Amino acid sequence: MADSATNLEELKKLAPPAELRRAPVVEGKPNLGALTDKLSAFAEGKTPLWWWILFVPAVIAATVIFPTCLFYQVFTGVGVWGNNHPVMWGLDIVNFIWWVGVAHAGTLISALLFLTKQHWRTTIGRMAEAMTVFSVAMAGLYPAIHVGRAWFDWFMFPVPNSNGLWPQFRSPLMWDVFAVNTYLMVSSAFWFMGMIPDFAVFRDRSKTRVRKAIFSVLAMGWTGSARQWHHYEKAYVVLCGLCTLLVFTVSSIVGLDFCTAQIAGWHATIFPLYFVIGAVFCGFGMMLVLLIPLRKWCGLEQVITKSHLDKVAKLTLVSGLIIAYIYLMEFFIAWYSGDPYERWVFSHRLFGHTYMVMGWILIIVNVGVTQLLWFKKVRANLAALFVIGLLINCGMWSERFVIVVGSLYQEFLPSNWGKYMPTIWDVGLYIGTLGAFFMLYLLFVKYLPMIAIAEVKGVMPQADPHHPLGGAKKEAGHE
Amino acid sequence: MSDKIYGIMAEFDSPGEVLHAAEKIRDAGFRRWDVFSPFPIHGIDKVMGYRNSKVGWFALVLGGGAFAQTFGLLWFTNAFDYPLIVGGKPMFSWPMSFVPSYILMVMGAAIGALIGMFALNQLPRLHHPLLNKKRFELVSRDKFIIVIGAEDEQFSATGTRQLLESLGGARVDIVEDQD
Repeated sequence: MADSATNLEELKKLAPPAELRRAPVVEGKPNLGALTDKLSAFAEGKTPLWWWILFVPAVIAATVIFPTCLFYQVFTGVGVWGNNHPVMWGLDIVNFIWWVGVAHAGTLISALLFLTKQHWRTTIGRMAEAMTVFSVAMAGLYPAIHVGRAWFDWFMFPVPNSNGLWPQFRSPLMWDVFAVNTYLMVSSAFWFMGMIPDFAVFRDRSKTRVRKAIFSVLAMGWTGSARQWHHYEKAYVVLCGLCTLLVFTVSSIVGLDFCTAQIAGWHATIFPLYFVIGAVFCGFGMMLVLLIPLRKWCGLEQVITKSHLDKVAKLTLVSGLIIAYIYLMEFFIAWYSGDPYERWVFSHRLFGHTYMVMGWILIIVNVGVTQLLWFKKVRANLAALFVIGLLINCGMWSERFVIVVGSLYQEFLPSNWGKYMPTIWDVGLYIGTLGAFFMLYLLFVKYLPMIAIAEVKGVMPQADPHHPLGGAKKEAGHE
Repeated sequence: MSDKIYGIMAEFDSPGEVLHAAEKIRDAGFRRWDVFSPFPIHGIDKVMGYRNSKVGWFALVLGGGAFAQTFGLLWFTNAFDYPLIVGGKPMFSWPMSFVPSYILMVMGAAIGALIGMFALNQLPRLHHPLLNKKRFELVSRDKFIIVIGAEDEQFSATGTRQLLESLGGARVDIVEDQD
């Protein structure tokens, strides 16, 4: 007895101090059954009031404002927007990059953090993937209608046609078509495949025949046999690897759209990296905005814990610091290049009279506000994190505005200068896509498994056959 | 509805127990059996004797195929069928063709992984004898179920039942095959 007691004391001394110990993935030590109940409760329960309060405006934006602005633009022409010479890329492209950016953090969380075996990502991975799928869908819309004659969009695909013409692949704009479509397809496939075991959970829990039928079809006959899990896990790793490739390529290709053009302010080799990091940074902001209210309203505080949000905040800080470095480097290279046009464009980002407000929002929010995340108190304060997330989204939007419009409006010849002001149709379309995004997201939260139930259970101590809680036998190990 | 037997199922409470039981069943020489769990159990692949999953090959073949096809398509459209001079650039080159080929390789490989997963798991299927069992619904919750198939050479309605009971399996039950 005495021996074992002293051993225990010695072991306690060897163990890391409390502040260095890893926080549990799920708080409150629920058993597997209770955890399943908890994670499926929101989708099975009564629709709460807050859901309707958010859903109704989102539906109005998505089904009234969105199609109105869309059809008016398609039927009338791009002239209804503020785009005009020399600013031919306006809010449509700004919003395109912004939406693609929002998508990237979702993939980074769900794929890259899986490959690096971050167990905490199981709790937020599904919500991050949903964010990716919906925002890529919104992003893909913009270039499709930006071309002006949306009914000729099929010219962008190598389809044999009566003109005998083919798309011309020496332009990164063509690469973009394939990048965005691939991103949408692959992230949807990844999202759907991840949900199959959870559809089975919903199928087995369903109380009504309709629900049972729907989830039986979606679960595709999933039984959860060792063989199925064996192939499933392999496919999951492969898809994660592929999605990780996409995190780094899709925004890089969007960056290439810009840096192959010879406009001062765009023609920089840093652009692919710049866009990837900016995308991830913006997406983490969006993740904070989505997670913080939803965890509270959906009763998931023990699953999406403060420790997880702290980690998301730290990742936001890291990407924010890289962004700050890139800003610094951009300004330095503009000065160091000695190119008068580069110097002109960059000095006018902050001191030009037309768009200096946007330039300063960019610096103050993306470089300034982000530094608050150094402080543990800020990272533990959910209201502060929510506001910072919102601000980052605004900051990154203004960054895209500064890059796109700020580089175009004063190009090489002063006689070519002009100004750009978005019209009500530009803004309306943006509001419409925001509405569509939130409508889809709210539907996802309400009707689909918003947390990866099987994955979260799989990282619980009860799921480890070599853990006492998982039923490990003390005397003998496995082969 | 016939009374054909699909197999015998037994419930276990924890991954540790089911892993031990699975080891014993394997040692007893059974071949047509499977372990059903709410999540992948660490180490079960080894016990069941699964080799590396072939899903990766599906991804490799479809991904590689997509890469080669896109590469060929770009050459055919831009350099062969309708060569068009753009900015003095060569008609066909690595920089212009690599990126789209690479992107479509990712798409091909992802679709390959998905198709491979479905094909190797024989999904989608709308019916499975086990899905008729009420207790089987718990396998997506917190129970671990071993099913020994009636097609196994060593299967016997009483002997297999006794084996499963001796391994600590609860609620040992016959699964009917209604096909």
